[in-house]
Amino acid sequence: MDDLYRELIIDRFQNPQFRGSLDPNDISFEDDNPLCGDHIRIDLRVGDDDVITEAAFDGRGCSISQASADLVVESVIGKTLAEVKNYTKEDVLDLLGIELGPVRLKCALLSLKVVKAGVYGLNVGEAGDDLIE
Amino acid sequence: MTTINQAPKLDIAKIRADFPVLQRQIHDEKPIVYLDSAATSQKPQQVLDAMDIYYQNTNANIHRGIHVLAEEATEQYEGARQRIADFVNAAKSREIIFTRNTTESINLVAYSWGRKNLNEGDVVILTEMEHHSNLVPWQMLAAELNFQLEFISVNETGELDLAAYKELLNLKPKLVSFVHMSNVVGTINPAKEIIRLGHEAGAIVLVDGAQSAPHIPVDVQDLDADFYAFSAHKMCGPTGIGVLYGKEEILLAMPPFLGGGDMIKRVELRSFVSNSLPHKFEAGTPAIAEVIGFGAAVDYLNSIGMDAIAAREHELIEYAHDRLEEVPGVWIFGPSADKKGGVASFTFEGVHPHDVSQILDRDGIAVRAGHHCAMPLHEKFDINATARASFYIYSTEQEIDLLAEGLYKVKEIFG
Repeated sequence: MDDLYRELIIDRFQNPQFRGSLDPNDISFEDDNPLCGDHIRIDLRVGDDDVITEAAFDGRGCSISQASADLVVESVIGKTLAEVKNYTKEDVLDLLGIELGPVRLKCALLSLKVVKAGVYGLNVGEAGDDLIE
Repeated sequence: MTTINQAPKLDIAKIRADFPVLQRQIHDEKPIVYLDSAATSQKPQQVLDAMDIYYQNTNANIHRGIHVLAEEATEQYEGARQRIADFVNAAKSREIIFTRNTTESINLVAYSWGRKNLNEGDVVILTEMEHHSNLVPWQMLAAELNFQLEFISVNETGELDLAAYKELLNLKPKLVSFVHMSNVVGTINPAKEIIRLGHEAGAIVLVDGAQSAPHIPVDVQDLDADFYAFSAHKMCGPTGIGVLYGKEEILLAMPPFLGGGDMIKRVELRSFVSNSLPHKFEAGTPAIAEVIGFGAAVDYLNSIGMDAIAAREHELIEYAHDRLEEVPGVWIFGPSADKKGGVASFTFEGVHPHDVSQILDRDGIAVRAGHHCAMPLHEKFDINATARASFYIYSTEQEIDLLAEGLYKVKEIFG
Protein backbone atom coordinates (compact mmCIF):
# COMPACT_ATOMS: atom_id res chain seq x y z
CA MET A 1 0.00 0.00 0.00
CA ASP A 2 2.83 2.37 0.82
CA ASP A 3 4.15 1.44 -2.62
CA LEU A 4 1.23 3.31 -4.13
CA TYR A 5 2.74 6.56 -2.99
CA ARG A 6 6.33 5.60 -3.74
CA GLU A 7 8.69 8.44 -4.38
CA LEU A 8 8.49 8.13 -8.16
CA ILE A 9 4.74 8.78 -8.18
CA ILE A 10 4.83 11.75 -5.82
CA ASP A 11 7.87 13.18 -7.63
CA ARG A 12 6.37 12.89 -11.11
CA PHE A 13 3.08 14.33 -9.80
CA GLN A 14 4.72 17.33 -8.16
CA ASN A 15 7.56 17.84 -10.67
CA PRO A 16 6.40 16.51 -14.02
CA GLN A 17 9.05 16.50 -16.76
CA PHE A 18 6.79 16.46 -19.78
CA ARG A 19 3.92 18.75 -18.79
CA GLY A 20 3.14 21.29 -21.49
CA SER A 21 1.89 21.45 -25.05
CA LEU A 22 3.33 21.14 -28.54
CA ASP A 23 2.15 23.66 -31.11
CA PRO A 24 2.23 22.76 -33.93
CA ASN A 25 1.89 19.03 -33.44
CA ASP A 26 1.11 16.01 -35.60
CA ILE A 27 -1.17 14.26 -33.15
CA SER A 28 -3.21 15.68 -30.26
CA PHE A 29 -5.89 13.88 -28.30
CA GLU A 30 -7.66 14.49 -24.99
CA ASP A 31 -10.15 12.60 -22.86
CA ASP A 32 -11.68 12.49 -19.38
CA ASN A 33 -12.30 9.91 -16.75
CA PRO A 34 -15.93 10.83 -16.01
CA LEU A 35 -15.89 8.98 -12.68
CA CYS A 36 -13.41 11.32 -11.06
CA GLY A 37 -12.98 14.19 -13.51
CA ASP A 38 -9.36 13.38 -14.40
CA HIS A 39 -8.43 15.01 -17.68
CA ILE A 40 -5.42 14.34 -19.93
CA ARG A 41 -4.31 15.83 -23.26
CA ILE A 42 -1.28 14.45 -25.07
CA ASP A 43 0.48 16.14 -28.02
CA LEU A 44 2.94 14.27 -30.26
CA ARG A 45 5.35 15.23 -33.02
CA VAL A 46 6.13 12.43 -35.45
CA GLY A 47 9.27 12.29 -37.62
CA ASP A 48 10.64 9.97 -40.30
CA ASP A 49 9.57 6.33 -40.28
CA ASP A 50 6.65 7.16 -37.97
CA VAL A 51 8.97 7.68 -35.00
CA ILE A 52 7.68 9.94 -32.20
CA THR A 53 10.26 12.68 -31.72
CA GLU A 54 8.58 14.87 -29.10
CA ALA A 55 5.71 14.45 -26.70
CA ALA A 56 3.97 16.47 -23.98
CA PHE A 57 0.90 16.17 -21.79
CA ASP A 58 -1.35 18.50 -19.86
CA GLY A 59 -4.31 17.86 -17.61
CA ARG A 60 -5.55 17.63 -14.08
CA GLY A 61 -6.37 14.88 -11.66
CA CYS A 62 -4.96 12.67 -8.94
CA SER A 63 -1.30 11.82 -8.47
CA ILE A 64 -1.67 8.42 -10.15
CA SER A 65 -3.25 9.83 -13.32
CA GLN A 66 -0.78 12.69 -13.69
CA ALA A 67 2.35 10.69 -12.81
CA SER A 68 1.23 7.99 -15.23
CA ALA A 69 0.81 10.56 -18.00
CA ASP A 70 4.29 11.93 -17.38
CA LEU A 71 5.81 8.44 -17.52
CA VAL A 72 3.81 7.32 -20.55
CA VAL A 73 4.75 10.44 -22.50
CA GLU A 74 8.41 9.93 -21.62
CA SER A 75 8.21 6.32 -22.71
CA VAL A 76 6.68 6.92 -26.16
CA ILE A 77 9.44 9.27 -27.28
CA GLY A 78 11.60 7.35 -29.75
CA LYS A 79 8.94 4.70 -30.33
CA THR A 80 7.14 4.18 -33.62
CA LEU A 81 3.39 4.66 -33.91
CA ALA A 82 3.05 0.90 -34.46
CA GLU A 83 4.87 0.22 -31.20
CA VAL A 84 2.59 2.60 -29.29
CA LYS A 85 -0.47 0.88 -30.77
CA ASN A 86 0.76 -2.30 -29.07
CA TYR A 87 1.10 -0.72 -25.63
CA THR A 88 -0.89 -2.59 -23.00
CA LYS A 89 -2.09 -2.08 -19.47
CA GLU A 90 0.93 -4.06 -18.25
CA ASP A 91 3.36 -1.65 -19.92
CA VAL A 92 1.89 1.26 -17.95
CA LEU A 93 1.84 -0.67 -14.67
CA ASP A 94 5.50 -1.57 -15.27
CA LEU A 95 6.32 2.11 -15.73
CA LEU A 96 4.53 2.98 -12.49
CA GLY A 97 5.90 -0.03 -10.66
CA ILE A 98 2.78 -0.49 -8.53
CA GLU A 99 -0.29 -2.67 -8.31
CA LEU A 100 -3.68 -1.00 -8.43
CA GLY A 101 -7.28 -1.83 -7.54
CA PRO A 102 -9.99 -1.50 -10.20
CA VAL A 103 -10.91 2.12 -9.44
CA ARG A 104 -7.37 3.52 -9.42
CA LEU A 105 -6.54 1.46 -12.51
CA LYS A 106 -8.83 3.82 -14.46
CA CYS A 107 -6.74 6.75 -13.21
CA ALA A 108 -3.49 5.10 -14.25
CA LEU A 109 -4.68 4.05 -17.69
CA LEU A 110 -6.29 7.29 -18.86
CA SER A 111 -3.00 8.45 -20.41
CA LEU A 112 -2.64 5.12 -22.25
CA LYS A 113 -6.14 5.50 -23.63
CA VAL A 114 -5.41 9.06 -24.76
CA VAL A 115 -2.08 8.32 -26.46
CA LYS A 116 -3.43 5.23 -28.24
CA ALA A 117 -6.59 6.99 -29.39
CA GLY A 118 -4.39 9.76 -30.79
CA VAL A 119 -2.07 7.34 -32.56
CA TYR A 120 -5.02 5.42 -34.02
CA GLY A 121 -6.47 8.75 -35.22
CA LEU A 122 -9.77 8.28 -33.41
CA ASN A 123 -12.35 11.04 -33.04
CA VAL A 124 -13.43 12.40 -29.67
CA GLY A 125 -15.85 9.96 -28.07
CA GLU A 126 -14.46 6.97 -29.95
CA ALA A 127 -11.82 6.06 -27.38
CA GLY A 128 -13.08 2.90 -25.71
CA ASP A 129 -11.82 0.59 -22.99
CA ASP A 130 -10.54 -1.84 -25.64
CA LEU A 131 -7.52 0.48 -25.92
CA ILE A 132 -6.42 -0.18 -22.34
CA GLU A 133 -6.80 -3.92 -22.06
CA MET B 1 -30.16 27.05 18.17
CA THR B 2 -31.17 26.83 21.86
CA THR B 3 -33.46 23.86 21.22
CA ILE B 4 -30.46 21.96 19.82
CA ASN B 5 -28.41 22.47 22.97
CA GLN B 6 -31.21 21.17 25.17
CA ALA B 7 -31.46 17.81 23.42
CA PRO B 8 -30.82 14.76 25.60
CA LYS B 9 -27.45 13.02 25.44
CA LEU B 10 -27.53 9.86 23.36
CA ASP B 11 -25.79 6.64 24.35
CA ILE B 12 -23.60 6.39 21.25
CA ALA B 13 -21.87 3.17 22.34
CA LYS B 14 -25.26 1.48 22.64
CA ILE B 15 -26.29 2.78 19.21
CA ARG B 16 -23.03 1.57 17.64
CA ALA B 17 -23.60 -1.91 19.04
CA ASP B 18 -26.74 -2.14 16.86
CA PHE B 19 -24.70 -1.89 13.64
CA PRO B 20 -22.88 -5.12 12.67
CA VAL B 21 -20.65 -3.50 10.03
CA LEU B 22 -19.23 -1.11 12.60
CA GLN B 23 -17.88 -4.08 14.56
CA ARG B 24 -15.65 -5.05 11.62
CA GLN B 25 -11.92 -4.57 11.60
CA ILE B 26 -9.99 -3.98 8.39
CA HIS B 27 -6.38 -3.50 7.26
CA ASP B 28 -4.64 -5.36 10.11
CA GLU B 29 -7.30 -5.14 12.77
CA LYS B 30 -8.04 -1.45 12.56
CA PRO B 31 -11.61 -0.56 13.49
CA ILE B 32 -13.63 0.66 10.54
CA VAL B 33 -14.22 4.42 10.60
CA TYR B 34 -17.25 4.86 8.38
CA LEU B 35 -17.57 8.50 7.34
CA ASP B 36 -19.60 7.98 4.16
CA SER B 37 -23.16 7.97 5.49
CA ALA B 38 -24.34 10.61 3.02
CA ALA B 39 -23.70 8.02 0.29
CA THR B 40 -25.48 5.28 2.22
CA SER B 41 -25.98 4.67 5.92
CA GLN B 42 -25.11 1.49 7.75
CA LYS B 43 -28.02 -0.75 8.80
CA PRO B 44 -28.91 -1.71 12.37
CA GLN B 45 -29.60 -5.32 13.33
CA GLN B 46 -33.28 -4.44 13.92
CA VAL B 47 -33.73 -3.64 10.20
CA LEU B 48 -31.84 -6.74 9.05
CA ASP B 49 -33.92 -8.90 11.42
CA ALA B 50 -37.22 -7.44 10.19
CA MET B 51 -36.37 -8.42 6.62
CA ASP B 52 -35.06 -11.87 7.62
CA ILE B 53 -38.15 -12.61 9.67
CA TYR B 54 -40.36 -11.61 6.77
CA TYR B 55 -38.57 -14.03 4.45
CA GLN B 56 -38.41 -16.80 7.05
CA ASN B 57 -41.99 -16.59 8.36
CA THR B 58 -44.19 -14.73 5.94
CA ASN B 59 -42.89 -14.44 2.40
CA ALA B 60 -45.90 -14.12 0.06
CA ASN B 61 -47.08 -11.70 -2.59
CA ILE B 62 -49.27 -8.87 -1.39
CA HIS B 63 -52.76 -7.51 -2.13
CA ARG B 64 -54.14 -10.58 -3.92
CA GLY B 65 -53.81 -13.93 -2.16
CA ILE B 66 -56.57 -14.97 0.25
CA HIS B 67 -54.37 -17.01 2.54
CA VAL B 68 -52.60 -16.41 5.80
CA LEU B 69 -49.16 -15.64 4.40
CA ALA B 70 -50.49 -13.21 1.80
CA GLU B 71 -52.67 -11.46 4.34
CA GLU B 72 -49.80 -11.12 6.81
CA ALA B 73 -47.46 -9.85 4.09
CA THR B 74 -50.04 -7.27 2.99
CA GLU B 75 -50.56 -6.17 6.58
CA GLN B 76 -46.84 -5.77 7.19
CA TYR B 77 -46.31 -3.92 3.90
CA GLU B 78 -49.21 -1.50 4.43
CA GLY B 79 -48.31 -1.15 8.11
CA ALA B 80 -44.85 0.03 7.09
CA ARG B 81 -46.43 2.54 4.70
CA GLN B 82 -48.49 3.97 7.57
CA ARG B 83 -45.45 4.29 9.84
CA ILE B 84 -43.43 5.95 7.08
CA ALA B 85 -46.36 8.34 6.46
CA ASP B 86 -46.36 9.18 10.17
CA PHE B 87 -42.57 9.65 10.10
CA VAL B 88 -42.87 12.61 7.68
CA ASN B 89 -46.34 13.54 9.02
CA ALA B 90 -48.20 12.89 5.77
CA ALA B 91 -51.95 13.38 6.24
CA LYS B 92 -52.78 10.01 4.66
CA SER B 93 -50.80 6.85 4.06
CA ARG B 94 -52.05 6.75 0.45
CA GLU B 95 -49.94 9.85 -0.18
CA ILE B 96 -46.85 7.65 0.27
CA ILE B 97 -45.84 6.02 -3.05
CA PHE B 98 -43.10 3.40 -2.93
CA THR B 99 -40.38 3.75 -5.56
CA ARG B 100 -36.84 2.41 -5.83
CA ASN B 101 -35.20 5.56 -4.48
CA THR B 102 -35.23 9.36 -4.54
CA THR B 103 -34.06 9.34 -8.16
CA GLU B 104 -37.01 7.23 -9.27
CA SER B 105 -39.40 9.40 -7.23
CA ILE B 106 -38.24 12.52 -9.08
CA ASN B 107 -38.41 10.71 -12.41
CA LEU B 108 -41.97 9.64 -11.56
CA VAL B 109 -42.97 13.27 -11.09
CA ALA B 110 -41.18 14.28 -14.31
CA TYR B 111 -42.79 11.57 -16.42
CA SER B 112 -46.29 11.67 -14.95
CA TRP B 113 -46.91 15.18 -13.63
CA GLY B 114 -44.38 16.84 -15.96
CA ARG B 115 -45.62 15.27 -19.20
CA LYS B 116 -49.16 16.27 -18.39
CA ASN B 117 -48.55 19.78 -17.09
CA LEU B 118 -45.44 21.20 -18.76
CA ASN B 119 -45.58 22.74 -22.23
CA GLU B 120 -43.37 24.67 -24.60
CA GLY B 121 -42.36 28.01 -23.10
CA ASP B 122 -43.15 27.02 -19.50
CA VAL B 123 -40.54 27.67 -16.81
CA VAL B 124 -39.16 25.16 -14.28
CA ILE B 125 -36.89 26.45 -11.50
CA LEU B 126 -34.12 24.26 -10.08
CA THR B 127 -30.98 25.28 -8.17
CA GLU B 128 -27.25 25.17 -8.89
CA MET B 129 -26.68 22.83 -5.94
CA GLU B 130 -28.85 19.97 -7.19
CA HIS B 131 -27.74 16.36 -7.23
CA HIS B 132 -27.79 14.97 -10.79
CA SER B 133 -31.02 13.18 -9.85
CA ASN B 134 -32.85 16.51 -9.73
CA LEU B 135 -31.20 17.88 -12.87
CA VAL B 136 -31.11 15.17 -15.51
CA PRO B 137 -34.82 14.12 -15.40
CA TRP B 138 -35.78 17.75 -16.07
CA GLN B 139 -33.10 18.16 -18.78
CA MET B 140 -34.42 15.04 -20.50
CA LEU B 141 -38.01 16.24 -20.34
CA ALA B 142 -37.10 19.80 -21.38
CA ALA B 143 -35.39 18.42 -24.50
CA GLU B 144 -38.66 16.72 -25.36
CA LEU B 145 -41.19 19.41 -24.39
CA ASN B 146 -39.14 22.59 -24.91
CA PHE B 147 -39.81 24.17 -21.55
CA GLN B 148 -37.23 26.47 -20.00
CA LEU B 149 -34.95 25.58 -17.06
CA GLU B 150 -33.85 28.32 -14.67
CA PHE B 151 -31.52 27.95 -11.70
CA ILE B 152 -31.40 29.63 -8.31
CA SER B 153 -27.75 30.62 -7.96
CA VAL B 154 -25.48 29.50 -5.12
CA ASN B 155 -23.17 32.01 -3.43
CA GLU B 156 -19.54 31.45 -2.34
CA THR B 157 -20.58 30.12 1.04
CA GLY B 158 -22.74 27.44 -0.57
CA GLU B 159 -26.11 29.04 0.16
CA LEU B 160 -28.99 29.74 -2.21
CA ASP B 161 -29.48 33.34 -3.29
CA LEU B 162 -33.09 33.94 -2.27
CA ALA B 163 -33.16 37.41 -3.86
CA ALA B 164 -32.30 35.78 -7.18
CA TYR B 165 -35.07 33.23 -6.55
CA LYS B 166 -37.63 35.99 -6.02
CA GLU B 167 -36.57 37.52 -9.36
CA LEU B 168 -36.96 34.17 -11.11
CA LEU B 169 -40.45 33.77 -9.68
CA ASN B 170 -41.52 36.71 -11.87
CA LEU B 171 -41.25 34.23 -14.76
CA LYS B 172 -44.31 32.48 -13.28
CA PRO B 173 -42.77 28.98 -13.08
CA LYS B 174 -45.00 25.91 -13.25
CA LEU B 175 -42.62 23.96 -11.00
CA VAL B 176 -39.92 24.65 -8.43
CA SER B 177 -37.79 21.61 -7.55
CA PHE B 178 -34.95 21.91 -5.02
CA VAL B 179 -32.79 20.00 -2.60
CA HIS B 180 -33.68 20.33 1.11
CA MET B 181 -30.14 19.57 2.29
CA SER B 182 -27.14 19.59 -0.06
CA ASN B 183 -25.19 16.33 -0.27
CA VAL B 184 -22.02 18.31 -1.06
CA VAL B 185 -21.95 21.51 0.96
CA GLY B 186 -24.40 20.28 3.59
CA THR B 187 -26.46 23.47 3.50
CA ILE B 188 -29.96 23.07 4.96
CA ASN B 189 -32.04 25.25 2.67
CA PRO B 190 -34.96 27.32 4.04
CA ALA B 191 -37.46 24.88 2.55
CA LYS B 192 -40.58 26.34 4.09
CA GLU B 193 -39.86 29.80 2.71
CA ILE B 194 -38.87 28.50 -0.74
CA ILE B 195 -42.11 26.53 -0.89
CA ARG B 196 -44.27 29.45 0.31
CA LEU B 197 -42.75 31.81 -2.25
CA GLY B 198 -43.15 29.21 -4.99
CA HIS B 199 -46.81 28.72 -4.13
CA GLU B 200 -47.41 32.47 -4.12
CA ALA B 201 -46.09 32.53 -7.69
CA GLY B 202 -48.46 29.70 -8.62
CA ALA B 203 -45.86 26.88 -8.84
CA ILE B 204 -46.01 23.28 -7.71
CA VAL B 205 -43.02 22.56 -5.44
CA LEU B 206 -40.98 19.35 -5.20
CA VAL B 207 -38.44 18.82 -2.42
CA ASP B 208 -35.52 16.38 -2.79
CA GLY B 209 -35.35 15.06 0.75
CA ALA B 210 -32.68 12.38 0.24
CA GLN B 211 -30.36 14.06 2.76
CA SER B 212 -32.92 15.74 5.01
CA ALA B 213 -35.28 12.86 5.86
CA PRO B 214 -32.48 10.83 7.49
CA HIS B 215 -31.04 13.68 9.53
CA ILE B 216 -33.61 16.31 10.58
CA PRO B 217 -37.28 16.17 11.60
CA VAL B 218 -39.44 16.53 8.49
CA ASP B 219 -43.13 17.49 8.47
CA VAL B 220 -44.45 17.58 4.91
CA GLN B 221 -47.67 19.28 6.00
CA ASP B 222 -45.86 22.02 7.89
CA LEU B 223 -43.51 22.50 4.92
CA ASP B 224 -46.58 22.46 2.64
CA ALA B 225 -44.51 20.50 0.07
CA ASP B 226 -46.45 19.25 -2.95
CA PHE B 227 -43.94 16.45 -3.49
CA TYR B 228 -41.20 15.20 -1.16
CA ALA B 229 -38.82 12.43 -2.27
CA PHE B 230 -36.52 10.31 -0.08
CA SER B 231 -34.62 6.98 0.06
CA ALA B 232 -34.56 4.28 2.74
CA HIS B 233 -30.89 3.37 2.36
CA LYS B 234 -29.63 6.71 3.65
CA MET B 235 -31.73 6.38 6.82
CA CYS B 236 -30.78 2.96 8.22
CA GLY B 237 -33.03 1.11 5.75
CA PRO B 238 -32.22 -1.20 2.84
CA THR B 239 -31.28 -0.21 -0.71
CA GLY B 240 -33.85 -0.48 -3.50
CA ILE B 241 -36.70 1.29 -1.73
CA GLY B 242 -37.66 4.94 -1.67
CA VAL B 243 -40.72 7.13 -1.33
CA LEU B 244 -42.50 9.79 -3.26
CA TYR B 245 -44.82 11.74 -0.99
CA GLY B 246 -47.41 13.72 -2.95
CA LYS B 247 -50.47 15.68 -1.92
CA GLU B 248 -53.52 13.54 -2.60
CA GLU B 249 -55.30 15.97 -4.93
CA ILE B 250 -52.17 16.30 -7.10
CA LEU B 251 -51.53 12.54 -7.23
CA LEU B 252 -55.18 11.92 -8.15
CA ALA B 253 -54.93 14.24 -11.15
CA MET B 254 -51.72 12.60 -12.44
CA PRO B 255 -51.67 9.84 -15.06
CA PRO B 256 -50.08 6.54 -13.98
CA PHE B 257 -46.30 6.06 -14.33
CA LEU B 258 -45.42 2.41 -15.03
CA GLY B 259 -48.15 0.10 -16.33
CA GLY B 260 -48.75 -3.47 -15.14
CA GLY B 261 -50.19 -5.49 -12.32
CA ASP B 262 -51.47 -3.86 -9.11
CA MET B 263 -51.78 -0.39 -10.68
CA ILE B 264 -55.09 -1.25 -12.39
CA LYS B 265 -58.68 -1.53 -11.26
CA ARG B 266 -59.81 -3.35 -14.40
CA VAL B 267 -58.20 -4.25 -17.70
CA GLU B 268 -59.71 -4.96 -21.11
CA LEU B 269 -57.78 -5.92 -24.22
CA ARG B 270 -57.57 -2.33 -25.44
CA SER B 271 -58.00 -0.27 -22.28
CA PHE B 272 -57.56 -0.14 -18.52
CA VAL B 273 -58.87 1.77 -15.53
CA SER B 274 -56.22 2.91 -13.02
CA ASN B 275 -56.29 1.70 -9.44
CA SER B 276 -56.80 4.06 -6.52
CA LEU B 277 -53.90 5.69 -4.63
CA PRO B 278 -51.24 4.69 -3.81
CA HIS B 279 -51.44 1.55 -5.97
CA LYS B 280 -51.91 3.55 -9.18
CA PHE B 281 -48.18 4.31 -9.02
CA GLU B 282 -46.92 0.92 -7.84
CA ALA B 283 -46.96 -1.41 -10.85
CA GLY B 284 -45.74 -4.98 -10.43
CA THR B 285 -44.62 -6.86 -7.33
CA PRO B 286 -42.89 -4.28 -5.14
CA ALA B 287 -39.83 -4.67 -2.91
CA ILE B 288 -41.89 -6.15 -0.06
CA ALA B 289 -39.05 -7.14 2.27
CA GLU B 290 -37.39 -3.77 1.70
CA VAL B 291 -40.59 -1.87 2.55
CA ILE B 292 -40.81 -3.89 5.77
CA GLY B 293 -37.14 -3.09 6.42
CA PHE B 294 -37.86 0.58 5.77
CA GLY B 295 -40.67 0.41 8.34
CA ALA B 296 -38.21 -1.04 10.86
CA ALA B 297 -35.75 1.75 9.99
CA VAL B 298 -38.21 4.53 10.80
CA ASP B 299 -39.11 2.69 14.03
CA TYR B 300 -35.41 2.64 14.86
CA LEU B 301 -34.98 6.36 14.14
CA ASN B 302 -38.13 7.17 16.13
CA SER B 303 -36.79 5.20 19.08
CA ILE B 304 -33.85 7.62 19.19
CA GLY B 305 -35.86 10.67 18.13
CA MET B 306 -35.23 12.88 15.11
CA ASP B 307 -34.73 15.98 17.26
CA ALA B 308 -32.01 14.17 19.20
CA ILE B 309 -30.43 12.90 15.97
CA ALA B 310 -30.34 16.40 14.44
CA ALA B 311 -28.83 17.82 17.64
CA ARG B 312 -26.19 15.09 17.84
CA GLU B 313 -25.16 15.57 14.22
CA HIS B 314 -24.92 19.27 14.83
CA GLU B 315 -22.41 18.61 17.61
CA LEU B 316 -20.44 16.36 15.27
CA ILE B 317 -20.26 18.85 12.41
CA GLU B 318 -19.19 21.66 14.74
CA TYR B 319 -16.43 19.40 16.05
CA ALA B 320 -15.45 18.27 12.53
CA HIS B 321 -15.12 21.86 11.32
CA ASP B 322 -12.87 22.67 14.28
CA ARG B 323 -10.65 19.64 13.76
CA LEU B 324 -10.39 19.82 9.95
CA GLU B 325 -9.81 23.55 9.76
CA GLU B 326 -6.76 23.23 11.97
CA VAL B 327 -5.02 21.00 9.37
CA PRO B 328 -2.88 23.25 7.11
CA GLY B 329 -4.04 23.05 3.48
CA VAL B 330 -7.56 21.85 4.23
CA TRP B 331 -10.44 24.03 2.99
CA ILE B 332 -14.06 23.14 3.74
CA PHE B 333 -16.45 23.86 0.88
CA GLY B 334 -19.76 25.37 2.04
CA PRO B 335 -21.29 27.37 4.86
CA SER B 336 -20.33 27.54 8.52
CA ALA B 337 -21.28 24.57 10.67
CA ASP B 338 -24.39 26.23 12.14
CA LYS B 339 -26.08 26.34 8.72
CA LYS B 340 -25.57 22.74 7.70
CA GLY B 341 -26.08 19.07 8.36
CA GLY B 342 -23.42 16.44 9.03
CA VAL B 343 -21.45 16.77 5.79
CA ALA B 344 -17.94 18.20 5.38
CA SER B 345 -16.64 18.34 1.81
CA PHE B 346 -13.10 19.60 1.61
CA THR B 347 -10.10 20.09 -0.62
CA PHE B 348 -6.48 19.59 0.36
CA GLU B 349 -4.00 21.98 -1.22
CA GLY B 350 -1.82 20.20 -3.77
CA VAL B 351 -3.43 16.79 -3.25
CA HIS B 352 -6.24 15.26 -5.29
CA PRO B 353 -9.21 13.99 -3.22
CA HIS B 354 -8.70 10.45 -4.56
CA ASP B 355 -5.24 10.44 -3.06
CA VAL B 356 -6.62 11.82 0.21
CA SER B 357 -9.25 9.10 0.25
CA GLN B 358 -6.76 6.35 -0.55
CA ILE B 359 -4.35 7.38 2.19
CA LEU B 360 -7.21 7.60 4.73
CA ASP B 361 -8.40 4.15 3.69
CA ARG B 362 -5.11 2.71 4.90
CA ASP B 363 -6.19 3.64 8.40
CA GLY B 364 -9.63 2.16 7.86
CA ILE B 365 -11.23 5.56 7.30
CA ALA B 366 -13.95 5.62 4.63
CA VAL B 367 -14.64 8.98 2.99
CA ARG B 368 -16.02 9.69 -0.46
CA ALA B 369 -13.96 11.42 -3.16
CA GLY B 370 -15.28 12.94 -6.37
CA HIS B 371 -17.96 15.38 -7.41
CA HIS B 372 -20.69 13.57 -5.41
CA CYS B 373 -23.12 13.61 -8.35
CA ALA B 374 -23.09 17.42 -8.38
CA MET B 375 -20.72 18.33 -11.23
CA PRO B 376 -22.28 21.75 -11.97
CA LEU B 377 -21.79 22.90 -8.36
CA HIS B 378 -18.10 21.91 -8.45
CA GLU B 379 -17.59 23.53 -11.85
CA LYS B 380 -19.18 26.79 -10.76
CA PHE B 381 -16.53 27.18 -8.08
CA ASP B 382 -13.80 25.67 -10.29
CA ILE B 383 -13.21 22.77 -7.91
CA ASN B 384 -12.16 19.59 -9.66
CA ALA B 385 -13.43 17.33 -6.91
CA THR B 386 -13.71 17.19 -3.14
CA ALA B 387 -13.26 14.62 -0.41
CA ARG B 388 -16.36 14.28 1.75
CA ALA B 389 -16.72 13.08 5.32
CA SER B 390 -20.34 12.58 6.38
CA PHE B 391 -21.75 11.58 9.72
CA TYR B 392 -24.72 9.81 11.26
CA ILE B 393 -26.02 8.79 14.68
CA TYR B 394 -23.28 6.20 15.13
CA SER B 395 -20.41 8.59 14.33
CA THR B 396 -18.09 9.71 17.12
CA GLU B 397 -15.69 12.50 17.98
CA GLN B 398 -12.92 9.87 18.16
CA GLU B 399 -13.56 9.01 14.52
CA ILE B 400 -13.24 12.68 13.59
CA ASP B 401 -9.94 12.75 15.52
CA LEU B 402 -8.74 9.79 13.45
CA LEU B 403 -9.77 11.64 10.29
CA ALA B 404 -7.73 14.67 11.35
CA GLU B 405 -4.73 12.47 12.15
CA GLY B 406 -5.10 10.83 8.75
CA LEU B 407 -5.03 14.22 7.07
CA TYR B 408 -1.77 15.04 8.79
CA LYS B 409 -0.40 11.82 7.27
CA VAL B 410 -1.54 12.99 3.83
CA LYS B 411 0.38 16.17 4.44
CA GLU B 412 3.46 14.19 5.37
CA ILE B 413 3.35 12.05 2.22
CA PHE B 414 2.76 14.91 -0.17
CA GLY B 415 5.10 17.27 1.64
